[in-house]
Amino acid sequence: MNIERGRPEGLHYFLVVATVFALALVLNAQVTSDRIARAADEPQNWLTYSGGYASQRHSLLKQIDPGNAKNLELKWILPDQVFGAWQSTPLVANGIMYVTQRPNDVLALDAKTGRVFWQYRYTVSPEARVCCGSNNRGVAILGDTLYMGTLDAHLVALDATAGRPLWNVEVGDPRLGYSITMAPLIVKDKVLVGVGGGEYGIRGFIAAFDAKTGKEIWRFHTIPAPGEPGSETWKGDAWKTGGGSLWVTPSYDPATNQTYWGVGNPGPDWNSDLRPGDNLYTDSVVALDADTGQLKWHFQFSPNDTYDYDSVQVAVLADLNWRGTPTKAMLWANRNGFFYVLDRTNGRFLFGTPFVKVNWASGLDAKGRPIATPQPPGQPTWPGNQGGTNWYSPSFSPSTGLFYVSAWENYASIYRKEPAAYVPGRNFPGGGANPVTPVPGAPGVRIGRTTPINNWTDAVGKGTVMAIDPQTGQKKWTFQQYDVTDSGILTTASNLLFTGGREGYFYALDARTGAQLWKTSLGGQIVNGPISYAVEGKQYVSVISGNSLVTFGLRE
Amino acid sequence: MPFTNTGLAAWISCLLIATAVPAGAQQLLNQDHPGQYSQEDIAAGNRVYNAQCTLCHGRDGDQVSGVDLRRGVFRRANTDEDLARVITSGTAAGMPPFRLQPSDLTGIVAFIRAHFDTTAAVRVGDAARGRAIFEGKGTCSTCHRVNGRGPRAAPDLSDIGVARAPAALERSIREPSSALMPIHRPVTIVMKDRTIIHGRRLNEDTLTVQVIDDKERLLSIAKRDIEVLDVSTRASMPAFADRLTADEIADTVAYLLTLREP
Repeated sequence: MNIERGRPEGLHYFLVVATVFALALVLNAQVTSDRIARAADEPQNWLTYSGGYASQRHSLLKQIDPGNAKNLELKWILPDQVFGAWQSTPLVANGIMYVTQRPNDVLALDAKTGRVFWQYRYTVSPEARVCCGSNNRGVAILGDTLYMGTLDAHLVALDATAGRPLWNVEVGDPRLGYSITMAPLIVKDKVLVGVGGGEYGIRGFIAAFDAKTGKEIWRFHTIPAPGEPGSETWKGDAWKTGGGSLWVTPSYDPATNQTYWGVGNPGPDWNSDLRPGDNLYTDSVVALDADTGQLKWHFQFSPNDTYDYDSVQVAVLADLNWRGTPTKAMLWANRNGFFYVLDRTNGRFLFGTPFVKVNWASGLDAKGRPIATPQPPGQPTWPGNQGGTNWYSPSFSPSTGLFYVSAWENYASIYRKEPAAYVPGRNFPGGGANPVTPVPGAPGVRIGRTTPINNWTDAVGKGTVMAIDPQTGQKKWTFQQYDVTDSGILTTASNLLFTGGREGYFYALDARTGAQLWKTSLGGQIVNGPISYAVEGKQYVSVISGNSLVTFGLRE
Repeated sequence: MPFTNTGLAAWISCLLIATAVPAGAQQLLNQDHPGQYSQEDIAAGNRVYNAQCTLCHGRDGDQVSGVDLRRGVFRRANTDEDLARVITSGTAAGMPPFRLQPSDLTGIVAFIRAHFDTTAAVRVGDAARGRAIFEGKGTCSTCHRVNGRGPRAAPDLSDIGVARAPAALERSIREPSSALMPIHRPVTIVMKDRTIIHGRRLNEDTLTVQVIDDKERLLSIAKRDIEVLDVSTRASMPAFADRLTADEIADTVAYLLTLREP
């Protein structure tokens, strides 16, 4: 802007306007918990891991729709500088995207062009150990501060403008196998996070930290100590190494002030004989008061689990007219192969049915407890070790009323139990699981794709996007892929569904019918959930494929 | 032949290694048999691996791109000494150096060489005799290609010694259909224009399938153009359980284990 000389009033006017404008920017940049609670009011942003406290991964943006999805085109690519599966979900606030990359880097970039503002590199302690790769799934934002959990189980606060650390606190001891891979959740003035390490005999916990100072406010152990409620589900000292890790971001209902956490497998993973009892709160959802960490209710999906059926799925919250009754529901497709509808105010089981082939249980009883049918040693168990689904995010569309999930079909494992001796910081498996393959020694489905060749083929498992009607558990439609898929799902208010898979195809489907409207071949495996946002009135969709963060918009 | 940067680097490093290890090379290769590592070393290596290596390499050893420790696919290591050097010195690509007790280092090499199989045990015979069987009585070389010689109808075996554990090799010889990797299954494709393609599957996804056909052509076919895609679980290769003696099979396994071309 040019300011004419000799017109001080003009300059004055400019300064006032500039100041107001700058102030507005600063205010606008302050992400509050209240804004996250009303994320629907600002669909141009993606303020928390699952897009909102209800974790529906449903964008209200409608500019891209079934009619024009064919006009999607590449806008920009950000290549990662490290190798390995990139599972992060970016956040977008006011046109700036924040994304983590391995092992614990954070990048801030222009969401319109992909150009990077800053990069923060956290040095992970060599003591860190994780079972399944140096994963990180993203940051949380509050005010102008970002929060990241680290592989060595620290929580780091960063200045979102400068990319510099503000504080750093130890959450768990990495030498004992504690780690953090999930994106934290902000509720009010606290940062909530849980620890991973379910393969190392940890005793899992969730903790809340003061967002300003990093001071710990409360802690809830997912494995109760003797005398605490739930301790009757453990015998002897098994609780000390009972697992119960947390590695996906919880959901939150401001109306009840409850946070909902999916809890991981018991330890040792595969030998339930070493830990008799139901092993609460492993493989459960726990509802915790956001202010105090007090347990409000729990529901256990897989008691005394011997199949590694972590319940680390994102709890999807939906207000439904469920079978004629207004219901504050929680929708959950579990790794154990069952789809559940719960009353999220009290944890009451409303309904459950398998969504993939299941033979470890013959069904669920009236309270939702599985009727166990363990298979003879050496015989296949469905679903296999990675489950009917896993950590990757599902979606719920209030527009279609359908729940969408990436599932693995035709996939089984043969489990074995072995003795397990706990050595601090060492793997504590108690057995193992091998995917059922058509011939011995053939490649089974791995945790991720690392080669461009699918050498396990559909003989070992295949991926399906399922649209499930929460009223009945029936599949309204399915979308088949050849390889399995670990892609999350995004739906939009314009009835689009975006998802990918290990093959590197990125699809836009009609959320009502499953019809494919658009696809592109990105090459690298998609193991995160797509997001949508808008900058300067233009809608974008971002997804990570292989080592590239890729963003699409409509052709102009 | 086009090289990627990584491929070229691996190729050059192999050359360097070949120069650095002159006369004893064959001996070193022979020592690479998983059967010749002790169960104690393999078990010790398993423990070290779980504690130190899973962070980056993952439980299955395949989380670093271009490296598959379980299947013996490395970027810059051929011999046990190479493996030990990479572990103790680290790499420019970002792997840090690890300070290990000698017994732990021996163990981790043994565990990797045993393809993560802590129970592996199979008889390995004489590689020179095995080669004679491979090229003579066994007629293997009439279908399999090794180091640029032979047809491409069946899978190339030039690196089978790093790709397969001894037990799997033995099973493949005795009863191929019981060990046929799904990706290698024979396919018969009837195209919508009635063209028929016989070949071996190389890769497949939702929309396409890649095959090498019986004329040794690499074909990538869109599934929308296919009328019938028939994938057989029966190997084209005959079973050798009755055609070769147990000694001859052990010798052939020994020969296959020496095939380690990158």
